[in-house]
Amino acid sequence: MIDFLQTILSGIAVGSSYALMGLGMVLIYKASEVPNFVQGEMALLPVFVAYVLLESYGLPPYIAFPATLVFSIFLGCFLEFAIIRRAKEPNVLGLIIITIGMEMMLLGLVSWKFGADQRAMPFPISSYDSIMIGDIFISTLDLLTLVVALIIMLVLFLFFRYSKIGVAMKATQQNENAARLMGIKTNRIRMVTWGISSFVGCVAGLLIAPILVEPYMMWDPMLKGFAGAVVGGMTSLPGAVFGAYIVGIVEHLFGGYVSIEFKSVVAFVVIVLVLCIRPSGLFARHYVKKV
Amino acid sequence: MKRDYYEDVQLFTSGVIVFWFCALMVLLALFPFLVKNYYVYVANYVAINIIVVIGLNLLVGYTGQISLGHAGFFGIGAYGTIFLMTKAHLPFLLALPAAGLIAAAFGFLLGLPALRLEGPYLAIATLGFGVTITQIIGKIEVLGERQGLHTPDLVIGPWHLNTDQDFYYLLIPLTVLLTLAARNLIKTKVGRAFISIRDADIAAETIGVNLVLYKTLAFAVSAFYAGIGGGLYAFVLRFIEPELFSVFMSVMFLTMAVVGGLGSILGSIAGACLLGWLDLELRNILGIPYLGEWLKTLSQSFFSLTGVSNIQLIVFGMILILIMVFEPLGIFGIWIRTKKYWKTWPF
Repeated sequence: MIDFLQTILSGIAVGSSYALMGLGMVLIYKASEVPNFVQGEMALLPVFVAYVLLESYGLPPYIAFPATLVFSIFLGCFLEFAIIRRAKEPNVLGLIIITIGMEMMLLGLVSWKFGADQRAMPFPISSYDSIMIGDIFISTLDLLTLVVALIIMLVLFLFFRYSKIGVAMKATQQNENAARLMGIKTNRIRMVTWGISSFVGCVAGLLIAPILVEPYMMWDPMLKGFAGAVVGGMTSLPGAVFGAYIVGIVEHLFGGYVSIEFKSVVAFVVIVLVLCIRPSGLFARHYVKKV
Repeated sequence: MKRDYYEDVQLFTSGVIVFWFCALMVLLALFPFLVKNYYVYVANYVAINIIVVIGLNLLVGYTGQISLGHAGFFGIGAYGTIFLMTKAHLPFLLALPAAGLIAAAFGFLLGLPALRLEGPYLAIATLGFGVTITQIIGKIEVLGERQGLHTPDLVIGPWHLNTDQDFYYLLIPLTVLLTLAARNLIKTKVGRAFISIRDADIAAETIGVNLVLYKTLAFAVSAFYAGIGGGLYAFVLRFIEPELFSVFMSVMFLTMAVVGGLGSILGSIAGACLLGWLDLELRNILGIPYLGEWLKTLSQSFFSLTGVSNIQLIVFGMILILIMVFEPLGIFGIWIRTKKYWKTWPF
C-alpha cells in the first residue's frame, strides 16, 4: 500500500512539470491554433541563460531566476512577432512545420554553444533532499514542483477570470473578429499569450534543471505535456492539467508494476486509447464540423 | 488543353516531355561513371529519401492526413527485410516487398484510429506510434535489441551487389518505378478519392467516397513506400540500430515533403534531393571550403567546437521557416511561378 502511494506521489510530482508544459501548449493552441512543438525549446533557451547567469557570472539565484523568467517572456513574444505573425495564409500543417523549424533552430543554437555534455544546475535546493509525510518519502524538489505548479495554475485561473488582458485573451480565442470590433488588438494579445506560455514552460524547465541540464532535456517533458494536453482536449486548461497528471501517474504505475522498459511509451498508448473513445479528448466538447 | 479522360491519364503529354524523360534516364544510367564514388552514395541516399517522401506526400499532401511517425514504418521496413532474409531465407527481391507489406499492414492499423482524429490529435497519435515502434524494436531479441543488426550479403540471381555502384543500379530503377506508380495512382479513382478527402471529407462522403476504405488505404500505401525505403536504406548503411529511426527522422521526412511542396510528386523529388544532399553535406560542415574555416573561428570564439555539427539543425530550421513563411507551396510553388513568368515573358 505504501509502495502504491509512493508510486502515485512520484507520478504526481512528474505530472506537475508535464502539466506546466501542457498548459503552455494549450494556451498557444487556443491563441494561434497550432500544436506548439517549440514549447520545449522556449523553455530550454532560458534554462541555459539561467545556467550561464548562475555559473559564469556568479549571480545569486534570486536575481538570476527572475531575469530568466523575464527573458522567457520576451523570447515567446519575439517568436510570435518575428515568425508566426509573418506566415502567409497559414494552415495548420504549415504552422506546425514553422514551430518545428523554430524548435530545430533553438535546439541547434543551444547544442552548438554547449555541446551534448550533461551538466547540473546550481540550485538552492538539492535534488537529493527529501522529507517524510506519514510513511511516504517525497523529495523537496518534487514538493516544490508540485507547489509551484499549483500556484501557477491558480494564478492563471485568476488571471483569465479577473484581469483585463485575461478576458481579452478569452475573447480573442472565442471570436477573433468580434474581439477586434470591440477594440481589442488581437495581434498584440496573441503575442502576449505566447509570452505567458513561454513563461509557464520556462518555470517547468527551471524545475527540471536541477536534475539534468542538457540540450535534449525538454524533449520528453514537452511530448508528455503535449500528450496530457491532448488527453484533456487541447482547448481546456483544467483538462490539460488533469491529462498531464494522468500521464504522469499511469507512467509511474506502469513503470513500477508492469515493466520499467516500456515506461516512456505507455503514455502514447494511453493517448491513442483515449482518443479512440473520445476523438477530441476528455474535456473538450466534440466539435462537429458542418459543410 | 485536355479533351478527354485518356489524355489526362497518359504518362507523357508531349514529345518534349518524352525527350527530357529519356535524357534524364540516360543521365541517371551514366551517373556512376561521371562522378566520384562518394556521390554515388549520396545519390543512393537521396533516392531512398525520394521514395519515402513520395509515399509521405501521398498521405500528407494528397489525402491531408498528417503523420509524424514515418520513421516507424521506415524502421519496420528495414528490420523486416533483414529479418525475412536472414531468418526466413527469402531472396532480397521477395523480402523487400514483403517487408513493405508488413509496414503497410501497420499503416492500415494506424489508419484506424486516424479515422476519427485530425489536426493535433492525429499528430500526437502518429508521433506516439513512431516512438513506440522504435522502443519495441529495441527490446526484441531476434532483432538485435539495442546493438542493432548487420545486413546479410545482397545477392540477386548471379549478381553480388557489394559496392555503392552495384546498389545504385538496383535502387534507381526501383525509385523510377515507384515514382511512376505514385503518379499513376493519383490519376486514378483512388487518387481522386484521396484528393477529395483532403479538400472536404464530408462532401467526399456525400458523393460516395468510402472514407474508411480510402483513409486507411492512404495510410497503408504511404507506409508501404516508407517500408520499401527502409528496406533499401538498411543496405545502404549495411548496419541498422533502433536509434536511427527516431522522431527526428520522421520530422526530416515531413520537412522534405513540405519544403518540396505538398500535393506534388515533382516537389517531393525536389525536396528530397535538396534536403537529402544538404543533410549529408552538412554532417561535415567544417570541411566546406572558406565557410568551414570561418565557422571554425566563429565556434572557437563564441560557441563550442564539439557542438559544431548542430549547425545542420539551425540551417534546416531556417529553411523550414523561410519556406513556410514566404512560399507555402515549397519548391514546387517557386517552379510553377517561374514557369508561368517565362511562359508569358514579355507581358
